[in-house]
Amino acid sequence: MSDVPDHHSDVEKIKRRSRHLRGTIVQGLADMATGALAADDTQLTKFHGFYQQDDRELRAERKLQKLEPHYQFMLRMRLPGGCLTPQQWLALDAACRAYGESTMRITTRQTFQFHRVLKKDLKPMMQAIHHAGLDTRGGCGDVNRNVVATANPHRSRIHAQVYDWAQKISEHLLWRSRAYDEIWLDAPASDVPEHEPLYGDSYLPRKFKVALAIPPENDCDVLANDIALIAIVENGELQGFNVGVGGGMGASYGIPSHYPRLASIIGFCTQQQLLAVVEQIVGIQRDHGDRSDRMHARFKYTIDEHGLEWVKTELAQRLGQPLAAARPYHFSDNGDHYGWLEGDDGLWHLSLFIENGRLADFADFPLLSAMREVAAEMSRQGIGEIRLSCNQNLILARIPVAHKDAIDALARRLGLLDGLRHSALRRASMACVALPTCGLAMAEAERYLPDLIGKLDLIMRDLGLEDTTIVTRMTGCPNGCARPYLGEIAFTGKAPGKYNVYLGAAHNGERLNKLYRENIAEEDILAALRPLLERYARERDDGEPFGDFVVRAGIINATLEGRQFHEQVLQPKT
Amino acid sequence: MKNTARIITQASPLNSDQAQQLDKLTRTLTPLQSMWVSGYLAGQQSFQAEEKTAPSLQLAASSPSTLTILFGSQTGNAEAVAQQVLAAARDHGIQATLLDMAAYKPRDLKKEQALLLVVSTQGEGDPPDSAQELHAFLHGNKAPQLDGLRYSVLALGDSSYEYFCKTGKDFDQRLSELGAERVHERVDCDLDYDDAAEQWIGAAIKLFEQSPETADGKQLQSGSTAAPAAVGPTRKNPYQARLLTNIVLNGRGSSKEVHHIELDTEDSGLVWEPGDSLGVVPSNPLAVVDELIETLALDPNETVSVTDTELSLREALTHHYEITTLTRPVVEKYAALAESKRLHELLSEAQRTAFSGYVQDRQLLDLIEDHPLKGLDGSRLIALLRKLPPRLYSIASSHQANPDEVHLTVAAVRYKSHGRQRQGVASIFLAEGGGDKGTVPVYVDRNKHFRLPADDVPIIMIGPGTGVAPFRAFMEEREVLGASGANWLFFGAQHFLSDFYYQTDWLRWRASGLLTRLDVAFSRDQAEKIYVQDRLREQARELYAWLQEGAQIYVCGDAQHMAPDVHAALTDIIADQGGLAPEAATAYLNQLQKDQRYHRDVY
Ligand code: SRM
Ligand SMILES: Cc1cc2nc3c(=O)[nH]c(=O)nc-3n(C[C@H](O)[C@H](O)[C@H](O)COP(=O)(O)OP(=O)(O)OC[C@H]3O[C@@H](n4cnc5c(N)ncnc54)[C@H](O)[C@@H]3O)c2cc1C
Ligand SMILES: Cc1cc2nc3c(=O)[nH]c(=O)nc-3n(C[C@H](O)[C@H](O)[C@H](O)COP(=O)(O)O)c2cc1C
Ligand code: SF4
Repeated sequence: MSDVPDHHSDVEKIKRRSRHLRGTIVQGLADMATGALAADDTQLTKFHGFYQQDDRELRAERKLQKLEPHYQFMLRMRLPGGCLTPQQWLALDAACRAYGESTMRITTRQTFQFHRVLKKDLKPMMQAIHHAGLDTRGGCGDVNRNVVATANPHRSRIHAQVYDWAQKISEHLLWRSRAYDEIWLDAPASDVPEHEPLYGDSYLPRKFKVALAIPPENDCDVLANDIALIAIVENGELQGFNVGVGGGMGASYGIPSHYPRLASIIGFCTQQQLLAVVEQIVGIQRDHGDRSDRMHARFKYTIDEHGLEWVKTELAQRLGQPLAAARPYHFSDNGDHYGWLEGDDGLWHLSLFIENGRLADFADFPLLSAMREVAAEMSRQGIGEIRLSCNQNLILARIPVAHKDAIDALARRLGLLDGLRHSALRRASMACVALPTCGLAMAEAERYLPDLIGKLDLIMRDLGLEDTTIVTRMTGCPNGCARPYLGEIAFTGKAPGKYNVYLGAAHNGERLNKLYRENIAEEDILAALRPLLERYARERDDGEPFGDFVVRAGIINATLEGRQFHEQVLQPKT
Repeated sequence: MKNTARIITQASPLNSDQAQQLDKLTRTLTPLQSMWVSGYLAGQQSFQAEEKTAPSLQLAASSPSTLTILFGSQTGNAEAVAQQVLAAARDHGIQATLLDMAAYKPRDLKKEQALLLVVSTQGEGDPPDSAQELHAFLHGNKAPQLDGLRYSVLALGDSSYEYFCKTGKDFDQRLSELGAERVHERVDCDLDYDDAAEQWIGAAIKLFEQSPETADGKQLQSGSTAAPAAVGPTRKNPYQARLLTNIVLNGRGSSKEVHHIELDTEDSGLVWEPGDSLGVVPSNPLAVVDELIETLALDPNETVSVTDTELSLREALTHHYEITTLTRPVVEKYAALAESKRLHELLSEAQRTAFSGYVQDRQLLDLIEDHPLKGLDGSRLIALLRKLPPRLYSIASSHQANPDEVHLTVAAVRYKSHGRQRQGVASIFLAEGGGDKGTVPVYVDRNKHFRLPADDVPIIMIGPGTGVAPFRAFMEEREVLGASGANWLFFGAQHFLSDFYYQTDWLRWRASGLLTRLDVAFSRDQAEKIYVQDRLREQARELYAWLQEGAQIYVCGDAQHMAPDVHAALTDIIADQGGLAPEAATAYLNQLQKDQRYHRDVY
């Protein structure tokens, strides 16, 4: 094991001396006097799929009470393509009831997060997930994350193939250390030396994300990923994938060198080439990514540092041949299509709107229990599967026509279809978790966006826009977890109750937005948006999305490239 | 001074020359001077004795031909009274020796001729730790015949307990059974023991003045041990401490309400050592006072006399009398007034259990409602009641670390019974901010059985719940002193998240290395209940190793379940790890207790 250069970040050092992600996690789990793990270990647990957090609302109060912060853990599963069986759903439902305060959260990368898991429950929780045939390996950490794919399986054969690739890529890019089995699954420790074939002892410089989209749907915002794979279907057959590199949403306020970036398409590869292409791109980032400054360590910065041509050359060298030229494709939108859809294999799929992906038993709607009933019924009938979408929604998929009416009636009785009556605006909205668990949040998101949408709905209705879909996103900070920079309207938290407002992203995830107003509260948000929506209602072209309209109307300058994101911001006229 | 010469020559070990010189001197002395001289000699004697017996409790060597005063005390009340007995003996020119029962050789009993015994009752009618050995000896088959021993017992207790003054009663009865002569009836003191104790002392001491030995010419000289001078505020004259901080330590979702209380002690003259308790002199809540007055249709402004002071009834009930807790004497007096057959029955010996059950969760008001009594006036009411006793709280901070504040860890007593919401007097007095002016009357109650050992001695602290309080004082003290001894804390409570008192302090001390080990048991965080005694057992090997290295054990907190369970666990651990038979393990633990290496402060 070679030494870590001095200038490398602390996390690099922690990774390197962790004995392949073991650290002192086992000792930390056994220490009953604190709900926390050792600080260094909290970097390592991310690779195992979980984050140490604390309830931020209780911090001050507990400090006074001479109690440590309310430490708790967020677990994130690996669920490539967002697909699970009804039985697996039931197992996760039981696990969240036992260890996760009876809630689970569909994430923007079509998997589940469990919140508020206490240290003492981590191991039982991990085992419950394991017994369901699932895992959390690489849920977080400096490795490849959950591989996402277009969720809607109506083009069934293509979808099945793409989903299969999502699985394979995820498996291919897994970290291999036995630490996971030793710590969580009571596997015996072994003396056999370990090495990570792909990642090496230091893993990647930063998180890494791969997505696969099946045009014209871009529900997974494929271009927001480090590797964007766009399925090319010709004559009804999957030919391969266009390959994009260097997408990412993370930005910072006031730091121009941190910007969101959409993946640049660098060519096309066949299915046979796919794993090698993905592996070599990961290799480029592993070898050339910045390990000193984590703020500058994502692949997008590696690319902009060296230039796209360099990446192409480097990749060609590693592959022994350059990629073929990219093929044409077209994205229509990045939303979900609610209600029943028939697949080309005759099976049916019911997409349900789940506000901000939060599954729980709410006072006025026992959503979690309703879904349990549906999953139990599907399991009893031996039909279907459940899919999560990158818009935090879910699909009861692959329902044989003979069962369609029964499932429809059940879902209706349980109130699961009520969500479909929401405004088009709400159904195209998405917020990140933010407070109270996210340690980086500066303002509310998941708990506030529903209110704000309610107020915008009134304006929309006034203007006769209630059936118009405008992609609206909110995050509690500029990190971009709900991919706000791809929102036609977006809010990012600056301080409690205060948001930056962004406008002008494309309706299909192919153009970033730009800052419109800074640090304003609800009243000003509504006051700022109302006149724009009025103009839109009056002046829009037929079918013109709001994001395109604000650019055409000169309200905002188009962001054509990540590096321009912070530029050409128009000053508000006061 | 008439017969001194005769006494000196006849009965003293002095040679005739010495006897004459002494006789000459004593003839010239005024009473005051003679007292001084006797004190001087006794003081010298005890000083030498103390030097010989190193840092032990022993105050003076006992010598068979003098009055022996023995005390058995847990929190120091009996000891303080015994000090008064000694002083009174001295005043009466009686040579007396004051001894803690723990330091007394039981076999010496048969050599005694005059014995005054002051003992409290602990647990559920159990002797204080320091009295256990003597108590057991007297009740065992090795107990000697004690004909010729003249004695009297002062029992301290609390009439709200089922077995009121039981230990005193035990000693009294047993001494008599063994042939000793009870020269004065035992007096059973309630928590407001001052007056009763004073009377007993006065009467008993007189009896020994006229003892046969004296009559047949043997002058008893008064022994003396310098009683620790009472410093600062006292029970009778407490300090009005300003309440600075009052925080509920329990996080959300807890079923407990434990307050961390900080009181201002700047310029108070209060001095304490880790292990001491703070006596809190509470007042009754006005609502309870008024409800009582109303129920009995009394005049709140009626003038009543409380220890020679005229007060309004309302004031008297607020500050001077216990008007909630029911005790046997109160019920007895009430039954007499109410002429209630039902009550008399309840008070009968046959109904002991029923009586305990009745008073356990009822208060004075319930008694009055259940057995109405007409025509009571204020004076007759207060004649029924006992004085409002102060409550003790283990001090949770070190005077060395911060002399300007004293910290307490107070569990608020609130419960519902028989359709009424009830509250504990003192805990709620504290929890709700003290008296009108935000002050709390307090004094220090010493607990010399619960002291930190020398700086380099390792300690094992077992303190679940509020029992952890003194250990915070221990750690603060050891931190400022830079004490090198290792420290191991066992803490327990219901829930980790909400009930881990002073968690951040313990974690800080663990991180700094002061707290060597920290083991916790949270009983309700998993399906099966886990308590500190279970953690002790898990750590048996390590714990025994600590003991072998001279570690001292401290147990503080619940007396009913925790302390006996911990005791049993320790016995088992010693048996297992030391390969000892159960009796030998018990003896080992008893020896630790005798050697002042196993300390308990339980309530
Ligand atoms: C749950 C989720 C948001 C949601 O509402 O669904 C989420 C939640 C968090 N993200 Fe994220 N991110 C989530 C998708 C994203 C996305 C969207 C995507 O991947 O399509 C992005 C933007 C894309 C990208 O990676 O650039 C994203 C960019 C970030 C960043 C900024 C990264 C950067 O390059 O600057 C951070 C902060 C960091 O890594 O330092 C972050 C960090 C976090 C953390 C772990 C906060 C932290 O580091 O302490 C958040 C946990 C909050 C909580 O209490 O649950 N998250 N995060 C999403 C989980 C995805 C998953 O299942 O894997
Ligand atoms: C040496 C020593 C140290 C102590 N240290 C501490 C300490 O550090 N912290 C601490 O909190 N306490 C401590 N105590 C206990 C404390 O002194 C008081 O006894 C306690 O606070 C209760 O007093 P109170 O006046 O509030 O209640 P009281 O008015 O005396 O009422 C208590 C009575 O209420 C009744 N009662 C209580 N709960 C219930 C219930 N749930 N159901 C039915 N009846 C009930 C019982 O009859 C009980 O005896 C210590 C005691 C001693 C002797
Ligand atoms: C935990 C505990 C248990 C007690 N049990 C009894 C008892 O059973 N009977 C009794 O009369 N007094 C009981 N008391 C009251 C004490 O005897 C009384 O407070 C006495 O004044 C203490 O004297 P000491 O300080 O010398 O030990 C108990 C006190 C405590 C703290
Ligand atoms: S965007 Fe910011 S606030 Fe929202 S989950 Fe991500 S890191 Fe937290």
